[in-house]
Amino acid sequence: MSQADSQALEERRGASAAPGFLIHNEGDHVAVAVQDVQPGRHLAVYMDSEREITISVLEAIPLGHKVALSDLDEGQAVIEYGLPIGLARRPIQAGQHVHTHNIRSARWQNSI
Amino acid sequence: MAEQHLSGYRRPDGRVGIRNHVVILPVDDLSNAVCEAVARTVPGTLALPHAYGRLQYGADLELTFRTLAGTGANPNVAAVVVIGIEPNWTQRIVEGIAPSGKPVEGFSIERFGDLKTLEKAARVAQLMLQDASEQRREPLAREEVIISIKCGESDTTTGLASCPTVAQVVDRHVQAGGTVIFGETSELTGGEHLIAQRCIDEAVRSRFQAMYDGYIREIEASGANLLGSQPTQGNIRGGLSTIEEKALGNIAKTGTVPVVDALEPAQAPTRRGLNFMDSSSAAAEFITLMGAAGAVLHLFPTGQGNIVGHPIVPVIKITANPLTAQTMAEHIDLDVSGLLRREYGLREAGDRLMALIDRTINGRLTCAEALGHREFVLTKLYRSA
Repeated sequence: MSQADSQALEERRGASAAPGFLIHNEGDHVAVAVQDVQPGRHLAVYMDSEREITISVLEAIPLGHKVALSDLDEGQAVIEYGLPIGLARRPIQAGQHVHTHNIRSARWQNSI
Repeated sequence: MAEQHLSGYRRPDGRVGIRNHVVILPVDDLSNAVCEAVARTVPGTLALPHAYGRLQYGADLELTFRTLAGTGANPNVAAVVVIGIEPNWTQRIVEGIAPSGKPVEGFSIERFGDLKTLEKAARVAQLMLQDASEQRREPLAREEVIISIKCGESDTTTGLASCPTVAQVVDRHVQAGGTVIFGETSELTGGEHLIAQRCIDEAVRSRFQAMYDGYIREIEASGANLLGSQPTQGNIRGGLSTIEEKALGNIAKTGTVPVVDALEPAQAPTRRGLNFMDSSSAAAEFITLMGAAGAVLHLFPTGQGNIVGHPIVPVIKITANPLTAQTMAEHIDLDVSGLLRREYGLREAGDRLMALIDRTINGRLTCAEALGHREFVLTKLYRSA
């Protein structure tokens, strides 16, 4: 990216509203709340592509916690950073809170 | 090339420090009391009390020796008084520090007692302190500064913003010819293949893989349940759900440069570039190992607010969690929560961290230094005999 592009990007960032969620990579199953978020429609931004989307959130998501971007089956690998971060313990609906209650490590069976 | 505005202490072995401590170093737990008495008698010197050093054996003993000698030899230290209960192991630590060329003198307590030892050691410590006070800062190049990195009390803001900010510095520092050390062996789980892929050759890759596999085997062989321990309770509160998710955030701070070596715990790097060290992820143990390996500055991204410091290695805390930045402001050296609000980009966050690193090199105290955080914790490989 050129210096001019980078500057333009910084200005655009300053101009747009702070997003409710950031998403690491295109294709990820989860978005991360960057403020305390109430149920409803919220702006989410992909960090790799800069693409902005609006997502529907079904539950309150505290700062730093994740929301599902798509429906996930029980046992399905959950993708964040473009890589698996664990397995769904049970079916998860798009818009639901994703945390230790519904996903677990695929690597350490005695961990979370 | 020396940058005009950066300065530090050039030691006799050529390494560069950014602090000028006179250290009173106990060889063992029994010698803590007199070391602290010396530091009280000669204010301005620094005692490093710790819990071990007796009846250790094998690799565990060697690691303790390597850690103590490496800490004394660290370029942030101007001179060292070593005190142990008996003369033999005391001498081993003195001999371990001596190749650094700095003043070092050992004292043992048996046949003298604490009080005579206090007097003898304090007289030497006083002269060392006066001599150290005359040492002048000299120009240095930033890439001469060995930096270590580890995050703690991580949450998802760490992987989103504070670790990528550190990654900016790692890439720039290494590309300028500098050295950075990372580790946290078991916390690479789920992303260990990413590190293996970045190893510079097959020898480094197989050494790294053996270290990783060995650490995981050790954890699994314990049969312990890591529920709520890894990820930690703080990690979970901050939104991290699994070890894999924690690891990917952790790895985000290592940048994109190749991994040039895989070091044993407390082993000094010999190759410029990004070095991996086999190490615990517990903050104080980790930074103690890094200081022993010669790191003189530590970058510490935190989410929920780890407050760790180290007696001789300044620790810079970086957070992107706005709640932590607000509620624990006295512990946070750099707030990059603006990245989450998209007020600025990673390049600018990296510039801000670089500017703070330069000020810290030049002597500005970190939050942990100002608040007196001096965590010095030896890594114990197994119980003593």
